[in-house]
Amino acid sequence: MKFINFIKESFKVIMKGNKYYYVWISSLLLLIIWGGLGYFEQLKNGLAVTNMNDSISWGFYIGNFTFLVGVAAAAILLVIPAYIYHWKPIKEITIFGELLAVSAVIMALGFVIVDMGGPFRLWHMIPFVGLLNFPDSLLAWDSIVLSLYFILNLVIVTYLLYMHFAKKEYNKKIFNKLILLSIPMAISIHTVTAFLFNGLAARPYWNSALLAPKFIASAFCSGPAVLLILFQILKKTTKFDIKQEAIEKIAELMAYSMFLYLFLFFSEIFKEVYSNTHHVVHLKYLFLGVKGHNDLVLYAWMSIIFSIIAFLLFLIPKTRKNIITLNLGAVLIYIGVYIEKGIALITPGYSPDTLGQLYIYRPSMIEIRTAAMIFSLGFLLFTFMSKIAVEIIFKDLNINKIPKQS
Amino acid sequence: MEGKKTIEKKESRRTFLKKSALASTFATLAACGSDTSWEEFFQKNFRTLDDDDKKKIIERLENKYTEKYGKKFSVSSKDPIDETLFGYGLDISRCIGCRKCVYACAEENNQSRDPQIHWITVLEMAKDKGVDLFHSHADYDRELVPEDDHFYFPVACQQCENPPCTKVCPVGATWKEKDGIVVVDYNWCIGCRFCMAACPYGARHFNWAEPDVPKDEINPVTHYYGNRPRMKGVVEKCTFCIQRVREGLYPSCVEICPVGARKFGNLLDPDSEIRYILKHKRVLVLKEELNTQPKFYYFY
Repeated sequence: MKFINFIKESFKVIMKGNKYYYVWISSLLLLIIWGGLGYFEQLKNGLAVTNMNDSISWGFYIGNFTFLVGVAAAAILLVIPAYIYHWKPIKEITIFGELLAVSAVIMALGFVIVDMGGPFRLWHMIPFVGLLNFPDSLLAWDSIVLSLYFILNLVIVTYLLYMHFAKKEYNKKIFNKLILLSIPMAISIHTVTAFLFNGLAARPYWNSALLAPKFIASAFCSGPAVLLILFQILKKTTKFDIKQEAIEKIAELMAYSMFLYLFLFFSEIFKEVYSNTHHVVHLKYLFLGVKGHNDLVLYAWMSIIFSIIAFLLFLIPKTRKNIITLNLGAVLIYIGVYIEKGIALITPGYSPDTLGQLYIYRPSMIEIRTAAMIFSLGFLLFTFMSKIAVEIIFKDLNINKIPKQS
Repeated sequence: MEGKKTIEKKESRRTFLKKSALASTFATLAACGSDTSWEEFFQKNFRTLDDDDKKKIIERLENKYTEKYGKKFSVSSKDPIDETLFGYGLDISRCIGCRKCVYACAEENNQSRDPQIHWITVLEMAKDKGVDLFHSHADYDRELVPEDDHFYFPVACQQCENPPCTKVCPVGATWKEKDGIVVVDYNWCIGCRFCMAACPYGARHFNWAEPDVPKDEINPVTHYYGNRPRMKGVVEKCTFCIQRVREGLYPSCVEICPVGARKFGNLLDPDSEIRYILKHKRVLVLKEELNTQPKFYYFY
């Protein structure tokens, strides 16, 4: 009964808002419709409406999937320093991290589904009902860890919010353990996702032992970048009293992990360039262009330069403490990591293809529209959930306030 | 009592209706632009079925294809022949790059004409570069072949003993049969294309759109794992013409080759031609370092 009230009140919360809120929500809805109609074309005519082909058989969708798994993982990794440094509103930090994780996993799964040739046959992956090729297929592993991670985060965050709403003390014994469990789970989802690519000997560009560590290191930058900005907004607009030191500390930690990422990245560049085997061609394609094909060159350099600038901004205490340079760094890191996984990971692995042939891939309008649908859906969800959380935690929406009104 | 019973009945009928409505909506959605029936949609992985179920499916498919193409179709589900492991030999000194095999394969195996799918890719290589994939051309277009100072290197599924493609399939829709042929259950494939990323030979092809084969060109003699008509959104590949070789015939590419560059036989039979080649010729396999152990041998 109380839980029904919780759902009801949550629903009321997301229906109410100021002018900007309605504009934001309706633009997201418009994007979802516009993108959804595009996706419908794909459902009807097949993946031929994308620009993928037999040579470049994964593209924009799988790139976005990989990036979002990183965001989902890193949103929770922020809980680690929160525990270590005893940042004060630890529960609040956890809740927003979990909400971001839940939204990011939904978007990631969305990108996998739209990439399928037979999305309606996905039931084949349900264990016992279908036939899940576990443990051989890394995609089987990924589907398991992503589902578990999704459920875990959804349960934790719903429980915490509900208890807050019901004015009850939450069960610390169990739930602190669950929160701690979500940390290795976060690492596991991104590791397994890296292993998807990593295990393919056919693709030298991905077949590097540094892929998973690189994934984790860069994810630790992109996830917190989102939260860094969100926390500042919340601090300004609500009673969320995260200390400025905590925000700076997050930036500092991002600097370290960005350093780690850049170190791994240069190690890989060195190995490929110095040993100069056939395999270097993929990096060449990415950074210099091959046979006159230089589609990704600009993006590749942008990613590296943005990442280095952000690293420096977060490393130097003066720029880390300055609100403008701090946020500039967050944006740069976000763009840098998005390019790294969304654009510079998939296509170069296929360029040239396994028979040495080079084709050009650029996402088609339908791919962009479908992606817009998924991102808008994710943003919409995140907006709704954050609004509910803000209402319950900071504006003290609770069970006792309801009966008086009705 | 009776009243209670009717209520129960009603309820169960209602839930039944609900369930079937749900199921049919789901199946209709799934069919979306194709001709998948309810039964076909809920069909299990073919490998896991018993002979009775297989027979029913085969019958249903035969009827469906016969109706669709206006030709009497046969769909075989013939199992591997005992003591057989198929191997393929390709004489790179003979191949002239005429691509007759490419088109014979497409016709025999009902590959989509538009969008065009070819299971065999012929690479043109410059003699001064040797077997160098990166400098090869798959899209060469010559009035006359062979071109001076060039040689030709056809690539199709290498039927690996250690296939990286089957391992990665999340639903076990593709596997290696006892006679060494790597097959796909098109009805079970979810179209994730992980196998295409894993294949080191570009041997797997995807139906990006609904495949299109003209009615008068369709080959009605088919195998479930081979050349039966496919649907959009699934992966397909060379099966050594499974519908032919399990009946004791040569693959159609072997038959069509005008210069006799293509050889085929049973690796377990010491007197077979393929064994003769392995013994007496200089043999190489493509990308040996990947340990895929192809049963497709290039020789010269």
